[in-house]
Amino acid sequence: MINRRDLLKNAVKGFAGLALPLAAFEIINPKKLFAGKSDASGVRWAFLVDTYKCVGCGMCVKACKNENEIPYEANVTRTWVERYVVTKDGKTFADTPKGARDGFITGKIDLGMGNFQDIKKEEIEKAFFVPKLCNQCENPACVQVCPVGATYQAPDGVVMVDRTWCIGCGYCIMGCPYGVRFFHPVHHTAEKCNFCYHRITKGLQPACVLACPFGARQIGNIKDPNDPVTKIVRTERTGILKEEFGTKPQVFYIGLDREVK
Amino acid sequence: MVHGEIWTIKELFVYPNEYIYWSVQIVMYPFMTGLVAGAFVLSSLYHVFGVRQLREMARFSLVFSFALLFVAPMPIVLHLLHPLRGINVFMTPHFTSAIAAFGIVFSAYGAIVASELWFLYRKHFVEIALPLKEKQDKNLREWLKYLIFCALTLGVYDISEKALKKDEKAIKVLAAIGIPVACFLHGYAGFIFGSVKANALWMTPLMPVIFIMSAIVSGIALCMLTYILAMELRKRLAAREKGDSQRFQSKEDLAGAEVSVIRMTSKYLLMFLVLAITLELLDFIFRGYTAVKSWDVLRSVIYGKDFANIFILQYAIGSLIPFVLFLLPGLTIRRAVLGACLVLFGVFMMRWNVVIGGQAFSLSFAGYMHYHLPIIPHDWETFKEGFSGALLIGLMPFPLFWLISKIFPVFELKESH
Amino acid sequence: MKSHILRPLWVVLGLVALVLVARFFYVPKSFGIHERGYMYGWYRADDIEFWKNFPVKYQGTEYCKTCHPENYESLSMTPHAIIQCENCHGPAIEHPANPQKLTIDKSRGLCLRCHADLPYPTSGRADIKGIDPDKHNPDLECVMCHNPHKPGLEGLK
Repeated sequence: MINRRDLLKNAVKGFAGLALPLAAFEIINPKKLFAGKSDASGVRWAFLVDTYKCVGCGMCVKACKNENEIPYEANVTRTWVERYVVTKDGKTFADTPKGARDGFITGKIDLGMGNFQDIKKEEIEKAFFVPKLCNQCENPACVQVCPVGATYQAPDGVVMVDRTWCIGCGYCIMGCPYGVRFFHPVHHTAEKCNFCYHRITKGLQPACVLACPFGARQIGNIKDPNDPVTKIVRTERTGILKEEFGTKPQVFYIGLDREVK
Repeated sequence: MVHGEIWTIKELFVYPNEYIYWSVQIVMYPFMTGLVAGAFVLSSLYHVFGVRQLREMARFSLVFSFALLFVAPMPIVLHLLHPLRGINVFMTPHFTSAIAAFGIVFSAYGAIVASELWFLYRKHFVEIALPLKEKQDKNLREWLKYLIFCALTLGVYDISEKALKKDEKAIKVLAAIGIPVACFLHGYAGFIFGSVKANALWMTPLMPVIFIMSAIVSGIALCMLTYILAMELRKRLAAREKGDSQRFQSKEDLAGAEVSVIRMTSKYLLMFLVLAITLELLDFIFRGYTAVKSWDVLRSVIYGKDFANIFILQYAIGSLIPFVLFLLPGLTIRRAVLGACLVLFGVFMMRWNVVIGGQAFSLSFAGYMHYHLPIIPHDWETFKEGFSGALLIGLMPFPLFWLISKIFPVFELKESH
Repeated sequence: MKSHILRPLWVVLGLVALVLVARFFYVPKSFGIHERGYMYGWYRADDIEFWKNFPVKYQGTEYCKTCHPENYESLSMTPHAIIQCENCHGPAIEHPANPQKLTIDKSRGLCLRCHADLPYPTSGRADIKGIDPDKHNPDLECVMCHNPHKPGLEGLK
């Protein structure tokens, strides 16, 4: 016969043993990633956008299109800049003409279908620019829905598209809550920002980061505690886009506003 | 030109890469799969649940379901930007995607329908192949026929009473397995939309169930319609060849049989129609009541921009009117034809409102996209993803059915079982 | 005689075998489940090499400096030092080998990207000296009076 003490001991051991494999299922969160330095690759790319610094010049969009061979005149882009203008009577206006490829050179808001809204200086309560790009989500919804394994997450967290394998069904475009994906006008396959993978893997900055004169865009390795981006994400108040989708985006924003869509 | 740009007009704040990427072919796709599933369920009602009155309809709808089966993946193929790579879905399937799972379920379903047909028509194949085998001086046409039917027997020539009994049992089992697979198949079509969490209109667990219900409704309606058309054709022939009473029943007999079959079938149609509408309304009410973040933009689409499409074309013309038509006593063939046509239209509009309506608003919830279906094609893209492509898909089942019924005769008077 | 009931099943199994054989020849060897598991890591590993080898276009100011140190030095004293050479001069790629000459963007639109006056509080744009493009010499190119390498008023031509 076993006594109560032994029974208790065994029960605790048993539960601990059960919990161990369960731990393997725990979803990776940024905090865990900071700690995971011993990881094989040791790199997890993340992006930091400072919306206070952005002036809406669109140099990032221009550079991105040139660098990544996205036809310049095509109305699609891997990265873009949005403008938000909140007026004193509580209305919010937002636009991104041509993805801000040519910057914002007029105060008129593009309402689509050929309509423009002029807003007087006195009416503006707050106004700012928000650069957008692929969030390289930790749980990318676009990858989950690809029927053939043509889009995937590389070991360092960047989500990429295999142009030789993509069938062009558009399911990933539908699956992305951020609207960053589109069909490449030449290759006719799904296309997206990959943090300029050919540059970051050579130690260069992504084209948009390089082109930004104001330092509004930064890239870093979130697994490296000494990385400037990691330090800011850890110590300052940053936001992410559309948290409610559970995709765990890895592009962090300083000065994110509730009006940002 | 970027894919999708030609038929998309943007209003207010829309992200730069957003276009209506899923156009009319993706409307046709669940519509056609729905017809497949519906036709199969109708035939199973006889084979599994022994609804005697549907005997004539059962065989017909099974063959028709087989014809539709070949058309169902065609919209996807026309939609793909790399149609030749479509094979990748079978080569490297990624089962976390509803589309990949669809490939497997679809093939499994095809195998079930084909096997069921084989058991049903096995005796017929043998009866054709054997005399041809005996025949000495076969001409080229007969040789071809002989080879085809020989292959179709799969090397089984046993048509004894005992073997045919076994066939019947196999058909029953296959039909029983087929019902959940058919529902699964179409549930998956619904899951393709329902699982897109980025789309506020699509994301609901009710989506697959709604799709199954409306699929069965549309499948039954199409079977009714085609059945009536075929019967009319036979009646005409019977009137012309009065003397040849061996091949055709008299005109009066045919007319009588037809109405009873149609009345029986329409009861099932009504049942599933009520279920489908109930679920859809439940979805609407629930969205309005819970009114989460996306409701503002959804409301403006449902009650504003798409009001005519949803409430007039889909519900009033496509559901309410046929509902009354079928419910009124003394159903006539003419009324059934009108009702079935309206039901088909209603289900098509439901698919349209889901697929196109789901892309009528931006992911930003602050802008809209308007879809303009390309009517006159001026290049390959506007052909395949325009009105002409959809029409091609919509008409394809009929010649295919004619072709298949050469091998699987639908109106054979001699009952094999 | 054995039962014929299973005949269709053999046909189906034969077809499945056929697909599996085709798969063996068709699917590239590097295709498989990688680090992120089946959900996020099901792909052709060779594709990572494709993206790593994608050609670099923008070389950065340091690259320009090696041959044009005088321009670099003069610009570094001005507020325009924060702007990459290639933002206006175009991507260097393998310049001077290819392309031998860069196409310089001297358009009014380029300057207006920053200097069209937009009074947006809490945005860096409000701190940049700007003009109203409709009123400030609308028909002229900026570079006719201003020198982008000496952006202050003393640099006026």
